[in-house]
Amino acid sequence: MTTLAIHNGRVVDPALGRDGIADVVIVDGRVARVGPGEGEMVVEAERIDATGLVVAPGFVDLHCHLRQPGFEYKETVASGTRAAARGGFTTLCAMPNTEPPLDSRAAVESVLKEVDSSALVRVLPIGCITRGRAGRELAPAGELAESGVVALSDDGDAVSDPHVMRQALSYSTAFGFPIAQHCEDPELVRDGQMHEGWVATWLGLRGRPASAEETLVARDIALAEQSGAHLHIAHISTAGAVALVRAARARGARITAEVTPHHLTLTHEAVAFPADGDYRELRYDTHAKVNPPLREEADVAACVEALREGVIDAVATDHAPHAGSDKEIEFDLAAPGISGLETAFGLLMSLVHEGALTLPELIERLTAGPARAWRLDEREGLEGLGTLAPGAVGDAVVLDPEASWVVDPAAFASLGRNTPLAGRTLRGRVVATVVSGHLAHRLATVGAL
Amino acid sequence: MTVPLTGRAAAAAGDDRELRAPDPGPGEEVGAGAAPALPWSQRHLLDLDIVSPAEIDSVLTLAERMLEVLERRIARVPTLRGFTVFTLFYEPSTRTRASFELAGKVLGADVVNVSPQSASVQKGESLVDTVRTLSAMEANAIVMRHASAGAPYLAARHSAASIVNAGDGAHAHPTQALLDLFTIRRQLGGIAGRRVVMIGDIAHSRVARSDIWGLTAMGAEVVICGPPTLLPRGLRAGERPEHAREALPPVRVETDIRRALEGADVVMALRLQAERQQGGLLPSLREYARLYQVTAERFALARPGALLMHPGPKNEGIEIASDIATGDHSIIERQVTNGVAVRMALLYLLSGRGAPEAAGGAS
Repeated sequence: MTTLAIHNGRVVDPALGRDGIADVVIVDGRVARVGPGEGEMVVEAERIDATGLVVAPGFVDLHCHLRQPGFEYKETVASGTRAAARGGFTTLCAMPNTEPPLDSRAAVESVLKEVDSSALVRVLPIGCITRGRAGRELAPAGELAESGVVALSDDGDAVSDPHVMRQALSYSTAFGFPIAQHCEDPELVRDGQMHEGWVATWLGLRGRPASAEETLVARDIALAEQSGAHLHIAHISTAGAVALVRAARARGARITAEVTPHHLTLTHEAVAFPADGDYRELRYDTHAKVNPPLREEADVAACVEALREGVIDAVATDHAPHAGSDKEIEFDLAAPGISGLETAFGLLMSLVHEGALTLPELIERLTAGPARAWRLDEREGLEGLGTLAPGAVGDAVVLDPEASWVVDPAAFASLGRNTPLAGRTLRGRVVATVVSGHLAHRLATVGAL
Repeated sequence: MTVPLTGRAAAAAGDDRELRAPDPGPGEEVGAGAAPALPWSQRHLLDLDIVSPAEIDSVLTLAERMLEVLERRIARVPTLRGFTVFTLFYEPSTRTRASFELAGKVLGADVVNVSPQSASVQKGESLVDTVRTLSAMEANAIVMRHASAGAPYLAARHSAASIVNAGDGAHAHPTQALLDLFTIRRQLGGIAGRRVVMIGDIAHSRVARSDIWGLTAMGAEVVICGPPTLLPRGLRAGERPEHAREALPPVRVETDIRRALEGADVVMALRLQAERQQGGLLPSLREYARLYQVTAERFALARPGALLMHPGPKNEGIEIASDIATGDHSIIERQVTNGVAVRMALLYLLSGRGAPEAAGGAS
């Protein structure tokens, strides 16, 4: 019997409505007891002193890219899950745009094998919607379901053919998992490099219009409502798309949505004014190049508001690690994406510090929100995921909401050092991460009892 | 080395009377006379939006003196001897490259033309590698043209040499704007308060962006006009936050060429790329010409004595009518000559060789 006790922290477990000083005791990988003084009752245990800190369920990320197999120079299961542990994420849903893409049982099983041998946190694979992510023929969803995928997505690209998307949504209802769509119509995006707006005009970069997202969200909501399928809007980013999701949910449609930390905090101006100064040679910051692109202030405000309301279920990182050579090139050749696992909590805490969200609201959108959106907590072995209910998966984080730190990409565990936040001071830090009762990360400054 | 004579020949084709002042003979230095110090603090010329009006004025003032040098029978001075300029053009160009090459040679600089094969330049490391290589060859200035907006910024981060942007994608073409400013100032006696109307494909035009920055910095009023599909977002006040003013100065936006042209002091027709029709942005070139071609009849709506300009190369019969393109109001060929003078002034300022009078001792 292995026991881990987290002592004397402020336990914030939004799904159970708990917010108070308590101990959390995890036995054999499951939450055993939560309550004041419970840790003292345990005789032999690994102990963490969380006095003055916050204890929460482990974070669940519905959207990240681990790049293995095929792009191990950008990230591996080992490095990506180490980054996740540092960022407080105990469960990762990994996108299938690997090489080969995860469009068959064999491909999924090879990833799961790698996860078994090298992952530091839980990894739940996502399968492709279409074969080879080509957008033409459906991937074998039944076979993928049997092999353990938790959703389907061609993320990175939208399924643009409306007939294919309609059939994919309809077919998915046999398996009960969501179809996560990257909502940007490629016909409208064309070779756009950043959000279409005044900054793109200023910099002479081709724009990706907000309407490219909104038309696809509207179309796919209509398709999903007709079939009763569960449509998940990946990385929603515009005020118009948020309004469409809000209206669809009010009608009772099975629409869920996620938003990234960067779309909640940064605007398209980040491309022209990097965080470490607006020194003009640093304009065209490829580290702020991401799809969908960073939008305008009104879009950011709409996303924050929808997250607070729960119209957006979850924060997901869209952790998209790239090698330096993918970014230190011409803007229109640079790969889109932000390495986000290690900065997510610190960046999101800015919303709490400025009063846009409460800490329990933020934690809910990182834990029970995503777990319930995809019904991960109904899967065998994942009972109670996103909560600290007795019997739940023994994942927890210890957070210091006040600790300030400076983002240094060279110190990332992720191989992807591509962040627009380099040099920026964030307030809020993950102090320790527990996965199934085992410490996966602990800052050196935190002592054991 | 590529066709150095194109620009020189074009320069010689300008107004003979004005350019051929009494020839002081070869060898005399630029600006040997007394002159006030010229403000200039730029290491690179990446775009005009960060160049101050005083610095722009320095280029224009110095360009006047460079024009005098060009007027000499043997237009060659040793001012930039030992200064090495590489031209690095990833896109084809005749006039801009020749203009820079001539500008460097007239001032006695060594000019080396590099033409990367586009096939070997698909990956961006090549740009960084190339710039580092040229830096290692003791380049003093690298004049670059590139299809990617922002490429000169990337180059500047890796270059010991001054980077001169000779056109980057749809972003900027600052020396074209400087020569436009120089031309307007010479022809009209000033820039402040003048109304400059740009007509055509603003969305894809690097010339339009640089001209908007330069003209508004120098106090001109700018009007842009074109079909809505060729007007970029964010130029109208309602399409951007107030703090965007410095990046994108306010301009008047029109879609009716007649309204746009009324009261213009300068009319600039921009080149229309045939791809715009294929890209679905225009019904046809014929319709474009019908609605937006600068014709003699439309040009008559401008102020008497208004200037007609074009950054070249022209599509006569599309954005500009043939008769007016070479007519009395057209100063399009003079723009070419002025371009050499402006680029001479710019290379001189970037060389950091102090005030020009200090360099005059070699005569």
